Amino acid sequence: MKVNFLSCDILVIGGGAAGCAAAVAAREARPQLDVIIMEKAHIERSGCLAAGINALNAYLNPGETPETYLKYVKKDANGLVRDDLLLTMAAGLNRAARRLETWGLPILKDDRGNYLPRGRRSIQIIGERIKPIMARAVYQAGVRVLNRTVATNYIVKDNTVTGAFGFNVRTGEFCVIKAKAVICATGGACGIYKPNNPGAARHKTWYPPFNTGTGYAMGIRAGAEMTSFEMRFIALRVKDTLAPTGTVAQRRQTGVKQVNALGEEYLKEYPEINTPIRLKATLDQWQQGKGPCYLDTTQLSDAEARKLKEAYLNMCPGMVLYWADREIEPNEQPLEIVGSEPYIVGGHTQAGYWVDINRRTTLEGLYAVGEVAGGAPKKYATGSMVEGELAAKHAVSNLPSSVPEADVQVIRKELTRVYRPLRNGAGIPPQELEEIMQKTMDEYAGGISTNYAFTEQSLLVAKEQLLELEQLAPKVGAPNYHELMRAHEVIDRLLVARVLIEHLLYRKETRWPCYQTRLDYPFCDDSKWLFFVNSRYDLERNTIEIIKRRGGEVSIDECSA
Amino acid sequence: MSAVLDEKLCNGCGKLSEPPCVKICPGNLLYKEDKKIKIRDVFDCWDCAACVKHCPRGALYLQLPVTIGGKGAKLRGKAIKNKTLWEVQYPSGRTETYSIRTVNR
Repeated sequence: MKVNFLSCDILVIGGGAAGCAAAVAAREARPQLDVIIMEKAHIERSGCLAAGINALNAYLNPGETPETYLKYVKKDANGLVRDDLLLTMAAGLNRAARRLETWGLPILKDDRGNYLPRGRRSIQIIGERIKPIMARAVYQAGVRVLNRTVATNYIVKDNTVTGAFGFNVRTGEFCVIKAKAVICATGGACGIYKPNNPGAARHKTWYPPFNTGTGYAMGIRAGAEMTSFEMRFIALRVKDTLAPTGTVAQRRQTGVKQVNALGEEYLKEYPEINTPIRLKATLDQWQQGKGPCYLDTTQLSDAEARKLKEAYLNMCPGMVLYWADREIEPNEQPLEIVGSEPYIVGGHTQAGYWVDINRRTTLEGLYAVGEVAGGAPKKYATGSMVEGELAAKHAVSNLPSSVPEADVQVIRKELTRVYRPLRNGAGIPPQELEEIMQKTMDEYAGGISTNYAFTEQSLLVAKEQLLELEQLAPKVGAPNYHELMRAHEVIDRLLVARVLIEHLLYRKETRWPCYQTRLDYPFCDDSKWLFFVNSRYDLERNTIEIIKRRGGEVSIDECSA
Repeated sequence: MSAVLDEKLCNGCGKLSEPPCVKICPGNLLYKEDKKIKIRDVFDCWDCAACVKHCPRGALYLQLPVTIGGKGAKLRGKAIKNKTLWEVQYPSGRTETYSIRTVNR
């Protein structure tokens, strides 16, 4: 196997919104630095924004401040967020939006030239080309880009991250990249749970199916502290296409009604509406015999209906195809809504690395930004960019003069681990292992089939089954480099799932209905549980330790799981 | 279904070893073999339409799998300098087009 040894000042893993912004910021802060983006796909169309985006959902419109943004997010997360992370993120949101505009992103404006709000904290954009636009900024900044390079593990020496291993999915070449600082920006994890759609439509998920939790898994294996995996994200989405609903709901000045099968506006029954309640209320309607539920698009004018299709073309083109396939216009039939498959993400909810305000993880030399960084929900594209910039600026100012070379033994061990599926050849196909993992998680760890709910006993079954599946992981086979990538994607997700189970087991309350519904502890209990559930994995012992932490840096209790 | 290749229109981009569709698919699902483009596994397609928009020959289109579609509507697109053009083809044969300014310069 050919081994490619590379070296740089700053290595960014993942070229999405967070990674691109980090790389550009690093080069701007010090143009002589050698910055590499390691990207498993191609930065022109990779990550969450591959198809586009039609709003920037984290923006401070006139009247909003970082403090009001924090207040809103904290309420939505039932009181538990990292204030320090949200305030530092929110302070940079508008700068990130302006930056995107200078890079070429069309942002809609009113007569006076102000950005056109979509909601209080959201502005309208035409973002179909957002990734090519970001990629161009990356090239112009002089960043080196390694496309089709799949990261597999960090290089760690004396508890310091000194680079990363990976392989090129086209050539099969093994990469050893030495770096003075590493910024992880890989995105969250889709595909942990059985998807809404079966078979041929299994990848019509809302969250990108190619975001497979590798950044989490690499951190877990290296012993980084992780937070809040138990706050899963389950999105209220259009049935079948899993298209976002905000695009519809905010299409009219007066809003679009969310109704049950009887045409009743069921959200009115709930005194407090937040993101998880909109979803829970929809499931409740089914329980009460009033499902299915819909967004009543029939009030849209013909012009609004066409605008709606345009908005979807800029972000989720399958939705336009969905109407066309049925020979209907968006305002001819209400749109059915459902809960999505659960995802593990840090940009909508707050699962990820435990970081400080500079987005440093608990491992020396390693930063985490965007969806892989925990503690700050609702960061979305702009917030992810801000985190990338914060990490880059800190890294640039604090680079060590040099880092040690990776040990030959360590390189050899990782090379053996990475290519084992190829040697297995006709072993267990990655797809089959993925399916059984997703089935276990669905049935016993709160998937769609149990209305997202679980108990201690069901989680213990999931835990046992995942440990059995872990025994199968070394037997996964891959006939080519593409399948080798798929093999590692499922191996990584299995580890993320295991950590998730420990988090779900530990929190003995229901803090976020649907995201985390415990049938055996159905109530939210601030007196006992207003703290973060963190975890740390011990690779040698194959054990997961749970750590309780308050908002800031103070540890209040440590115990073993 | 999902991303579908019209073999009559695709010329494999001649000598280009990595045609745009192969270059940008976020799932690494397209590849070139014997001068022809092939789709690895359409079950793995996310419907992002990146390959559709970047194909210089318009040889790729999007069609929903029967699982969530089945009537055969097609979506074609093209990313040109600062605009993105779309053509929606209904099962009845009627078409609808869009031209959207997607870069502000």
